[in-house]
Amino acid sequence: MTQRIDSHEQASANEDRLRDLLVRALAGDAAAYRAFLKDLSTHLRAYFRKRLSGLPDEVEDLVQESLLAVHNQRHTYDPGHPLTAWVHAIAKYKLVDLLRRRAARDLRNDPLDDVLDILAHNDSDAAAARLDLAKLLERLPARQRLPIVHMKLEGLSVVETSRVTGMSESAVKVGVHRGLKALAAMIRKQR
Amino acid sequence: MKTDELITLLATGAGAVESDATARRYGTALGWGAFGATLLMAILLGVRPDIDAAARLPMFWIKLAFPASMAVGSLIAASRLSRPGARLGWVPGALVAPVLAMWLLTAYVLLGAPPPERGELVMGRTWEYCLFNVPMLSVPVLVATLWAMKGLAPTRLALAGAAVGLLAGAIGALVYALHCPEMEAPFLGVWYVAGMLIPAIVGALLGPFVLRW
Repeated sequence: MTQRIDSHEQASANEDRLRDLLVRALAGDAAAYRAFLKDLSTHLRAYFRKRLSGLPDEVEDLVQESLLAVHNQRHTYDPGHPLTAWVHAIAKYKLVDLLRRRAARDLRNDPLDDVLDILAHNDSDAAAARLDLAKLLERLPARQRLPIVHMKLEGLSVVETSRVTGMSESAVKVGVHRGLKALAAMIRKQR
Repeated sequence: MKTDELITLLATGAGAVESDATARRYGTALGWGAFGATLLMAILLGVRPDIDAAARLPMFWIKLAFPASMAVGSLIAASRLSRPGARLGWVPGALVAPVLAMWLLTAYVLLGAPPPERGELVMGRTWEYCLFNVPMLSVPVLVATLWAMKGLAPTRLALAGAAVGLLAGAIGALVYALHCPEMEAPFLGVWYVAGMLIPAIVGALLGPFVLRW
């Protein structure tokens, strides 16, 4: 009983802290956003690990896919509503989506493959994502890839990226936005 | 890429985000959709010629208020279903209430009419046009609101598709009411409801394919 109250209080404290970080992030505070995503990733990892005990290899991929989803859909968070419900709905949506895709794929495949699969894999690197976002990034068209590389990986500003790439400032912003959405779509297709 | 690297990538230069995205997207979608529906109605069907006389009758306004109230309810449902974790709460009740009210009015009219006339009160003279034209006029709003919802984050895709489908059907019925000559509650209670439900069913079927993210 005491333990239950404690975990309840813990969840409520996490809600307040994460919500505060996200509200600041949505107002443009990049450091708060980084802290928010970092903290959120630990909760997502625990949530998925508990529910994907039979598929440990999928956990880190799903954490990354969910972080990208949270980022791409962050404009749908209403600060007047609880953050826990918003995050939980996204995590559950991504989990169900993954299980549904896997079920469809398993139906298509010869079940004999699974028997041979037993010795083909080991989970010594279970903590690493198999999904290589850097590789997927290379497949984006230049108008999306270059803004992401310069702004998101090298940390240049919009103005600097615009100068380096010769793209207009609005094209740079649109490129980042569409590129990250395209990345999310590529992840879904790949798995 | 490690998860920490992804976090850095996402956070770097992320910038501020406007929070009224839902309202603005649906506003744009509804504006264009309703404009498209009105244009289709004006070109293909035309406004009923006796609209001046009809506008003096209370039934004309009931005929507009019925789909209008369905449109408001389904717009609220759609915008809630576009946000992860938002609850529908009282909204389903608000969608059922206008239909029940119309059915009560239908029962009142039918019971007060001599039995031989009841069939004609229900069937009217244009039921097959209603059943075709309401879904036809709902297409612009359906396309526009599916686009709006696609840019947000629905997590219950069939239900979310049904909500924008019902919204499209309600706007279609509202616009069709400016053309349609029928003025009896039993006609509205059966054929307008059916006309609005067809796009809702189409939306529910499309949702899981179109709205995924």
